[in-house]
Amino acid sequence: MSVLVYAEHDNAALKGVTLSVVAAAKAIGGDITVLVAGEGCAAVAGEAAKIDGVSKVLLADNAAYGHQLAENIAALVAEVGKDYGHILAAATTTGKNFAPRAAALLDVGMISEIQSVESADTFKRPIYAGNAIATVQSSDSIKVITVRGTSFDAVAAEGGSASVESVDVAADAGLSSFVGEEIAKSDRPELAGAKIVISGGRGMQNGDNFEMLYKVADKLGAAVGASRAAVDAGFVPNDMQVGQTGKIVAPELYVAVGISGAIQHLAGMKDSKVIVAINKDEEAPIFQVADYGLVADLFEAVPELDSKL
Amino acid sequence: MKVLVPIKRVVDYNVKVRVKADQSGVDLANVKMAMNPFCEIAVEEAVRLKEKGVVTEIVAVTVGPKASQEQLRTAMALGADRSILVETDEQTQPLGVAKALKALVDKEQPDLVILGKQAIDDDNNQTGQMLAALAGMSQGTFASVVEVADGKVKVTREIDGGLQTVELTLPAVVTTDLRLNEPRYASLPNIMKAKKKPLETLSPADIGVDLTPRVKTIKVEPPAERQAGIKVASVEELVDKLKNEAKVIS
Repeated sequence: MSVLVYAEHDNAALKGVTLSVVAAAKAIGGDITVLVAGEGCAAVAGEAAKIDGVSKVLLADNAAYGHQLAENIAALVAEVGKDYGHILAAATTTGKNFAPRAAALLDVGMISEIQSVESADTFKRPIYAGNAIATVQSSDSIKVITVRGTSFDAVAAEGGSASVESVDVAADAGLSSFVGEEIAKSDRPELAGAKIVISGGRGMQNGDNFEMLYKVADKLGAAVGASRAAVDAGFVPNDMQVGQTGKIVAPELYVAVGISGAIQHLAGMKDSKVIVAINKDEEAPIFQVADYGLVADLFEAVPELDSKL
Repeated sequence: MKVLVPIKRVVDYNVKVRVKADQSGVDLANVKMAMNPFCEIAVEEAVRLKEKGVVTEIVAVTVGPKASQEQLRTAMALGADRSILVETDEQTQPLGVAKALKALVDKEQPDLVILGKQAIDDDNNQTGQMLAALAGMSQGTFASVVEVADGKVKVTREIDGGLQTVELTLPAVVTTDLRLNEPRYASLPNIMKAKKKPLETLSPADIGVDLTPRVKTIKVEPPAERQAGIKVASVEELVDKLKNEAKVIS
């Protein structure tokens, strides 16, 4: 039995979530192969070869894979993956985009966002925005799975010495082309991997007021997130959204500011180790999950917090 | 051009579901059902494309129990011209649904399929991508902007860290994200009119599709409950607790 792990990267460096996906692969058991598909991404394959527990790295370096277009990546993964028992990818927007397409090409079902491995064919995953946890068993010969990174402790990035082999099945399906992208540039850590996250909700009232959170975040080395309400109101961009339909985070410390705590938001952050809520409404549901609640006007409390750090 | 809009009947997003005592699933008895929110966005996008003159016909489709007719009527009240129900009492799973949709694509030959990125019951986020694979179509998932021009569709996608724009050949599958549009409400006259619009019912056998689940649900449990902590009286106390009790900041 062997497991194929799809590496998440930006052609220059491996993304940390891949180490969590390898952890899930280890829990399943068997030889672990990492597939690195991209353009000019040989350095990523070198990094992948050092991951603890990886026995082989496959490198598919071709212009067709440079922008992770699902049509091309899914065809590659289905071709390379047909000899494996499991195909694992991170439950990121990249993994969610190509993995179901690859599964359908292989005529197998798929299991999304597993949070634990019970056995080689049985997994736990959240449903209904995390209000229920389903234990599911796959009867397919190849199990295509996306892994919730925050649910698995990353394996060591060093210690392995896998061989790197090139795979030559490059094909541009000719169905789609990359036009451009706007990636938010920030010196703050990425939301999904940050140790501390501070998020604002509708209570922030406007986008300018998020400046208060950025100041606190910079003192703490934190990432800044937002509730869907704040995104819907246009305060901040969607890539900051934490929740059922946004990012799932599980930092050491999560600070919710002016967030009421709708179940869709809780779904994205309730596995955080310590939760702090600052809200002027003492009945807000966020206080039911908060370790430390402060009933206060955020426009007084946040500047005060800033001054005390 | 013709647009196919697959939709799903799900538990209303305001309902907090409860797990059944026998762990066989969540309790859906007497629970309010509705169209999946991402599907409403898909219907709205199709209607807007029709209002712009890009689209000539909108066909809403679903795979599910007889009661899904209600959601198809809603889609028609919002602007879909007709609808098709593939009726089944089987627990639907993305691969089976995608196969049924592929059969409907073969039958209807749409230029564009617009559907929600995920259903808020199973949270799978798979069906659109699977349909695109089976039909050999391009895919633009998690769309926040959709522009149709010159036989192609340009889709701006919500990705981790920002936005990506791709250009797709037609026919294409587009899955909707939250910011694509704000769905309208159905007006009473349109609800009345929708009752007279055509709704065709097919069985999985009619379209030659096997909907047997591939993934078996062994049990469903409530999540581990988080205990509410304490209220602090001041920012000073909060900082002290975080430093000295929780030890999460220094």
